[in-house]
Amino acid sequence: MTARRLHTLSVLVENRSGVLARVAGLFARRGYNIESLAVAPTDDESLSRITVVVDVELTPIEQMVKQLNKLINVVKITELDPRDSIQRELCIVTVAVDRDRRNEVLELAQIFEARILAVAHTSMVVSLEGEPDKIDDFEELVRPFGIIEMQRTGRIALAKLERSTSRVRHIDKAKAS
Amino acid sequence: MKLNGGQALIKSLEAEGVDVVFGLPGGAILPVYDPLLDSPIRHILVRHEQGAGHMAEGYAHVTGRPGVAMVTSGPGATNIVTPLLDAYMDSVPMVCITGQVARPSIGTDAFQEADITGITQAITKHNFLVQSAQDIPMVVREAFHIATTGRPGPVLIDLPKDLVDANSPASAMEWGWPSDADVAAELPGYKPNTKGHPLKIRQAAEMILAAKRPVIYAGGGILKSRAAAELRELAELCDIHVITTLMARGAFPDSHPLALGMPGMHGTYTSVMSMQKADLLIALGTRFDDRVTGKVSGFAPDAKVIHVDIDPAELGKVRQPDVPIVGDCRQVIGELVHVLRELIAHGTEAADRSAWRSTISGWQERYPIAYEPHVEGDALKPQAVVEQLHAAAPEGTILASGVGQHQMWCSQYWRYEEPYTWVNSGGAGTMGFAVPAAIGAKVGRPDHTVWAVDGDGCFQMTAQELITASTEQIPVKIAILNNGYLGMVRQWQEMFYDERYSEVYLSLDVPDYVKWAEAMGCVGIRVESPEEVAPAIDKANEIDDRPVVVEFRTDDREKVFPMVPGGRSNDDIVVPPFQRSEEI
Repeated sequence: MTARRLHTLSVLVENRSGVLARVAGLFARRGYNIESLAVAPTDDESLSRITVVVDVELTPIEQMVKQLNKLINVVKITELDPRDSIQRELCIVTVAVDRDRRNEVLELAQIFEARILAVAHTSMVVSLEGEPDKIDDFEELVRPFGIIEMQRTGRIALAKLERSTSRVRHIDKAKAS
Repeated sequence: MKLNGGQALIKSLEAEGVDVVFGLPGGAILPVYDPLLDSPIRHILVRHEQGAGHMAEGYAHVTGRPGVAMVTSGPGATNIVTPLLDAYMDSVPMVCITGQVARPSIGTDAFQEADITGITQAITKHNFLVQSAQDIPMVVREAFHIATTGRPGPVLIDLPKDLVDANSPASAMEWGWPSDADVAAELPGYKPNTKGHPLKIRQAAEMILAAKRPVIYAGGGILKSRAAAELRELAELCDIHVITTLMARGAFPDSHPLALGMPGMHGTYTSVMSMQKADLLIALGTRFDDRVTGKVSGFAPDAKVIHVDIDPAELGKVRQPDVPIVGDCRQVIGELVHVLRELIAHGTEAADRSAWRSTISGWQERYPIAYEPHVEGDALKPQAVVEQLHAAAPEGTILASGVGQHQMWCSQYWRYEEPYTWVNSGGAGTMGFAVPAAIGAKVGRPDHTVWAVDGDGCFQMTAQELITASTEQIPVKIAILNNGYLGMVRQWQEMFYDERYSEVYLSLDVPDYVKWAEAMGCVGIRVESPEEVAPAIDKANEIDDRPVVVEFRTDDREKVFPMVPGGRSNDDIVVPPFQRSEEI
């Protein structure tokens, strides 16, 4: 799991119907692996941002970026280095736990600043926001109780401000050579 | 001006300068065919939608203008999927208009509904599902702009019927023709880069002068960017030999002393070996296709690579270039020549290449493209037929071919002197391409003789378009090299499957090609002996009022040589048997 080489691409696309299918279809037909994907409109309603985490074991990131850039509806692609970007993920977990051990889960939730969304006789629903690593850790710690269901959003990311922005790789269409 | 969507579409095509549309009407596209009656645009009514697509490609290949095809929804649209793939693989500018069911019916599995934008997403440069009649002029402008700029390719426009039907309120629109700025604003993510980076160009120029064993590897991008003159200037200025890929045949004259012919699986020995031994490959508008490189790890092992292409994704896709240059071939080569002249004027001398030149001429002498002569009583040599067709062809003749052995012989034994005289299916390898592509080429260049050389297998796939040619008075000439087999498959079964011939024999006598030709309104001629070849070709060349089909009965044992077996390194090239005895 830890050996996989994951990269985060922030892909600005035109906000039109079918664009997500074009992007996802490109990944599928070129044999690129998507680890996670999140998409929503930006503050400019004509644009959407797709944050895609890719596994670059098999395909160099440059080739992926170039192929993505060939899609007419893709406006700009930025590769975000985890050190130079803010990355967040949201996760909701239903944990199997009865009243005897409920406190243990509550303790974990407190440490991780997770929120309890619902409690039942034999289960609890917990939500957690944070960096993907933090969510991985939380997942590992609640797993022994029994995870009934879990949903992660996939990560969203933006470049950090000021001093670090210069280290962000902007891959502009016209300059990709 | 108030128009309906159907009228707006036709008016938009006129505004784009379209003079001919290849197509076949049907339910969903019917409303567009009505205003077509009042338009100066010529419509060629095909017999199968695949024909319309390949005709549009043939037209585009020879004119450089985008070919236009128009078909109906559902099966009409899916029948044109193969030509879209073909145009995508060979970067052919083409605009395909498909009818679609009315918007309220989309997604309901309506009669003749197909999600053609979904189906063609992977094989078009871009596609559009039009959402409003008002958008039609803009979508047409965008489609032509995308199809013809940057790396050209096919663009599909899917038109729901309610947007074009005069009786539908949704078809009402106010005519207006968008400006260039409007189009650019609609396409914020599309900015092809045509001008090469000056530093990289200088670096390339220095490398070219320093190279001891350089060779130019020219691809279809030379033709797409109309850079044949610039290519020749570069080759002559630096005295460097030129290899022309299957897609670039004609980009550099075969009679030129620096011409080496085609590379790759069935390339000339000299082309293949000069790449293998080169210290510098100057790759221009080409994509290191597997049919050229053979096993990539063994390809041109000692060569540094300068790679010029307008598509950034091609640089480093297969082979990492030492000097990558994104740009239009014509502009970049022009700049490169300019810098080279400067360097030479300032005293930079080219490296001594006399040893390399003599190595190349040694290969050329020893391993020319050749076949064993005809033996009395045997069937015709297919290579000889191609040579004789070429010898008798009027100046400026355009040759189209299908896919297989006959295609390779057309590349090897025809001599290409002018650009845009060779029309063929390279990347997709579409059998059945020749007949419709030749028809499209003849429509685009009616003043040129157009021959198609086809195999019997290929011919049977799309022959019915000769009915189109007859009724539309498009006098193309078809030479069928009939060996009764799917010849290239037979060659592989003979060489790599222990002569176990599986499902590869068609029939020598069925169909009767002469009768079939006549039934389609063409002149039909059968040729079985060598003496009949020249007279039959002459007769075909004289006929100008209808299509001609000449069936040549050829030797089924003939194979295409040289050959680099699939998946092997180019160093493992196999020459024809009679050249092997001379090996050291």
